[in-house]
Amino acid sequence: MIELQGLTKRYGEKLAVDGLTCTVRPGIVTGFLGPNGAGKSTTMRMMLDLDRPTHGTVLIDGQHYRQLKDPLRTVGALLDAKAMHGGRSAYNHLLCLAQSNGIPRARVREVLDTVGLTAVAKKRSKGFSLGMGQRLGIAGALLGDPQILMFDEPVNGLDPEGIHWIRNLMKNLAAQGRTVFVSSHLMSEMALTADHLIVIGQGRLLADTSMADFIRQNSRSYVRLRSPEIERLLDVLAGAGITAVTTEDGHLEVDGTESAQLGELAARHKLVLHELSPQQASLEEAFMQLTAESVEYHAHSAPPGGDPRPVAGADAPPDAPPDGGAAPPGGGWGADWRKKKGS
Amino acid sequence: MTTPQPQAAHPAAPQTAPQAPPHAAPGYWPGTAPAGGPAGPVGYVSPIPVRKATLMDAVSAEWTKIRSVRSTIWTLSVMVAIIVGIGLLIAAGVDASGSKMTGSTALAGGFFSVMLGMICVLTLGVLTISSEYGTGMIRTTLTACPDRVRVLTAKAIVFFALTFAITLVSTALVAMFDVAMLEDQAEFAASGGEWLKVTVGTSLFVGLLGIISLAVGTLLRHSAGAITVMLGLVLAPLVVAMFMYTESLSSVRKALFEYSIPMLLSVFYGASGESSATSLSGWDPLWVIAIAAAVALGGAYASLLKRDA
Ligand SMILES: Nc1ncnc2c1ncn2[C@@H]1O[C@H](COP(=O)(O)OP(=O)(O)OP(=O)(O)O)[C@@H](O)[C@H]1O
Ligand SMILES: [Mg+2]
Repeated sequence: MIELQGLTKRYGEKLAVDGLTCTVRPGIVTGFLGPNGAGKSTTMRMMLDLDRPTHGTVLIDGQHYRQLKDPLRTVGALLDAKAMHGGRSAYNHLLCLAQSNGIPRARVREVLDTVGLTAVAKKRSKGFSLGMGQRLGIAGALLGDPQILMFDEPVNGLDPEGIHWIRNLMKNLAAQGRTVFVSSHLMSEMALTADHLIVIGQGRLLADTSMADFIRQNSRSYVRLRSPEIERLLDVLAGAGITAVTTEDGHLEVDGTESAQLGELAARHKLVLHELSPQQASLEEAFMQLTAESVEYHAHSAPPGGDPRPVAGADAPPDAPPDGGAAPPGGGWGADWRKKKGS
Repeated sequence: MTTPQPQAAHPAAPQTAPQAPPHAAPGYWPGTAPAGGPAGPVGYVSPIPVRKATLMDAVSAEWTKIRSVRSTIWTLSVMVAIIVGIGLLIAAGVDASGSKMTGSTALAGGFFSVMLGMICVLTLGVLTISSEYGTGMIRTTLTACPDRVRVLTAKAIVFFALTFAITLVSTALVAMFDVAMLEDQAEFAASGGEWLKVTVGTSLFVGLLGIISLAVGTLLRHSAGAITVMLGLVLAPLVVAMFMYTESLSSVRKALFEYSIPMLLSVFYGASGESSATSLSGWDPLWVIAIAAAVALGGAYASLLKRDA
């Protein structure tokens, strides 16, 4: 169990992590999501006591990391794939880690075997590919057979077989009752592995919810409308108290109203519709919308997530999550985002 | 299961664990806790014996680190080659010239080669820690051992012991050759105390200089920068002193000269004659360098504890 309490990290002017409070529980895979520069790696470094928090604390099973008597037996972590001396062989790299925690030497062979690096155990890690470096890092995390595992973007550089392998590895580790905490920027990847989600953007907590809830709330179903009389259609919808948003390509999107009801409404007002189709937004889109406001580094060609502009009934944000969901700390997930959007 | 066991004495426990095929999910360790459901706060208990990690564990880890990198082996080999090789050449040269070694013992012939060989210790001392910062290994190291004082202490112990041992062997060899070849040319016969100074004394001195390098590497974290600073520290005072002609600066000049690393080392060899150039004598250089090492190491501990890794 890892508990974060008001965790904050400031680098000069830059607030990298901003008052993060959440709990990572055992027995499940907890996904840690956020766009580039959201503060995921910084948070993980603070969990391992590598970076000192500006405010707040991290407790690992009730203790500070530096108080752990045999750290590798409690926490295994993969930070950077290449956080190792390139001139040292894979075997010796793991051996020095094992020795520092009094872990039996035979365990080194075991983990090398687990990650499939036995054949290159005597080779210097300088010559390793990104994926091999990643596997060696994972071997280091597994070395102490710890009850808590932390992986910072473990699928980076792995081939499809490797990705499949690490997914199953994480699930199995969690199924054994361990705490598994894994960061990623890929919602689709997390959807396949994580049972619980913690989403941050610009260092702030955006969501702390179970995967199932996130899917239920965010595989937003909406209805897409196309009409030659778009202005009148908007008036009619607004008159009926229905919120619609226009997309970039001139469509209308309506949340929370059945397509049948919309069709009947249009028919009553003798509106011509060119399209009336129920849609399902992907989780990836949901994630991008959730973090849209906090994306710092994005390409310039298109706004992230094709963020729709509210036009009618703009007082209610179009894609606010339905109420009645889980109530995580901070007044419900997305509260922050909703506030911003509304202003 | 939690009984502490010495590392070498229990090959049985971990090896009884069945070997997993590559890429297998690690559900194979015996004694696995029952799989917890998503909500179950069931902890996982590892079958591997647990014991509290100690400073000795950190020392053996650092020893593995230092011996498993080729550059260490190379640098130390070069150092031995310089001390012994150049020491022999000088002895042979002086022997062939037949000139009288006035005011010194035969052991004085070993000074210059140790001075040169010392450069390797400066480099290696810095690299022992700065290479960890350069590669990112430091984060792995500090994750495995979050007690930063223990990490630096282990590094200091291992590096000091290693440089001391290597310097001791090299200087002892050179001293033997010097005495064998140059005894007839020297003005004084080498006493037991003098033998001790040029072997044990010099080795302790070089070891402590290595500690200073390690400390500077910890403070600066950057290999090239820290090596440059160390070279400057060793050479600059002497060079600066040489160019201080002004009479008013003569006391500064004298201090710079006396406390420069080469002059300190030369005291052990009595190479500077009847203490004409320096007021230090006997084992004084060792205390000077020990104080410097203590201050540097203190700074390194403080910096390591305070800064983010
Ligand atoms: N040592 C540092 N000094 C100054 N700023 C830093 C430092 N480390 C991180 N930052 C800043 O803190 C912010 C968070 O960085 P962090 O690496 O934690 O993000 P991340 O979520 O891991 O991103 P990514 O998905 O790209 O890995 C970034 O804006 C980064 O520039
Ligand atoms: Mg990162």
